[in-house]
Amino acid sequence: MSEFRDAFRTAISLLVNFDGDLMAIVGLSLLVSLSAVFLAAMVGLPLGAAVAACRFPGRQAVRVLLNALLGIPPVVIGLIVYLLLSRAGPLGALGLLFTPTAMIIAQWLLVTPIIAALTQQTVSDLHDEYAEQLRSLGVGSLRAIPTLLWEGRLSLLIAVMAGFGRAIAEVGAVIIVGGNINHVTRVMTTTIALETSKGNLALALALGMILLLLALAVNAAALVARDIVNRLYG
Amino acid sequence: MTASDTERQHTADTASILPLRVRDICFDAGGKRLIEHISFTVHAGPCLIVLGPNGAGKSLLLRLCHGLLSPSEGTVEWVEADPIRARSQQAMVFQRPVLLRRSVAANAHFGLRLRRVPRLERQAVVAKALRQGGLSHVANRAARVLSGGEQQRLALVRAWALQPQVLFLDEPTAHLDPAATRAVETLLKQFHAAGTKLIMTTHDLGQARRLADDVIFLHRGRLLEHSPADSFFAQPHSAEAAAFLNGNLLW
Repeated sequence: MSEFRDAFRTAISLLVNFDGDLMAIVGLSLLVSLSAVFLAAMVGLPLGAAVAACRFPGRQAVRVLLNALLGIPPVVIGLIVYLLLSRAGPLGALGLLFTPTAMIIAQWLLVTPIIAALTQQTVSDLHDEYAEQLRSLGVGSLRAIPTLLWEGRLSLLIAVMAGFGRAIAEVGAVIIVGGNINHVTRVMTTTIALETSKGNLALALALGMILLLLALAVNAAALVARDIVNRLYG
Repeated sequence: MTASDTERQHTADTASILPLRVRDICFDAGGKRLIEHISFTVHAGPCLIVLGPNGAGKSLLLRLCHGLLSPSEGTVEWVEADPIRARSQQAMVFQRPVLLRRSVAANAHFGLRLRRVPRLERQAVVAKALRQGGLSHVANRAARVLSGGEQQRLALVRAWALQPQVLFLDEPTAHLDPAATRAVETLLKQFHAAGTKLIMTTHDLGQARRLADDVIFLHRGRLLEHSPADSFFAQPHSAEAAAFLNGNLLW
């Protein structure tokens, strides 16, 4: 038990002293996950809205695909990206494997379906409400997409936060395509996995606490956003 | 641009899209015929009220005329040959006001922005329309926290800001209390006086008497009467209309 207490004490001191290694790991985690979520939102928001508001051939197929991808385990995404980026793979020439870019690609693939599926749900509800009025005003279904996205802006912010929560917390994909190389591709979750297995609990605990704080912050922000929606827009 | 061009454009902007000719339309949904062989012509001017009990097909008929639905049979034709211009001269207000999650003013701007009306002109039109709707003092409030009556007035103002020749109204006061209903009716009378053709459904007989110049009476998807309001209310031709006016026609 005293071993845990010591680990806990060390963890706190690492946090309080802004330990260099710790901060580098947290920084890379944020860089990778925020980039991935930004790119996922660029694709997922319009894609989800298009599936919800437009009728096009293959729409049902896209819907099924999106929902199926929701449940795909991160390790499988990691494996697919690994195969694509490895030397012998189709994108091997780019030399991206075991770089932060590879991790961004993997998390982007992981998060895009989440954002797209949640967007589809939100925009679909809005579309039911607005479709007739928009058509009456002469808005075509393509032009309706930005309008509907803007109308759902706060719910969609929550969708994006959910995507961020998934990205920052996953370990399977980034450990496969990043390789957990010290000072290069080591992020919070992969470090926790490694340090725990090495018995170095202090660093793992410090990172665990940061992840927990981030999760709390994201959820609190989501709650606040929802509260604002309800108060301002009914 | 020469003088004659300017003049031609001016004529093009003011040329009436009416009359509207509805020829023998039917509308089927879910294997049921909801509108049965309806024909009528709507001319510019008098306020047209579409009257009938619940489920008569009033809202459907309005949507078919406005082009939100396509008839299964028959045709809906405006005298204006260009469908885009015909559409741009129409607006519709729904039973439940469909407001954007934005400010009152932004809602009023929305339709005009879609039509690429320049900002300065837009601001002038919106300010005037909000004043007319008695909503100037709430221009910066969020639209969806307004009272039901204010929301419906905003929906009217938004439609009115587009300066349509024809305004469709689908039971715009069905969810409103008497005071809010009166405010909406006052606004409608102003629109009508300014030359906008009103085509409105209602099942409220009092309202129909207050507003109607012409009446179309529907029952179970069929058009039973199309006549001037005076003669309709004084002497309906069909037994169903007489029963409806006496409050005896349930559906």
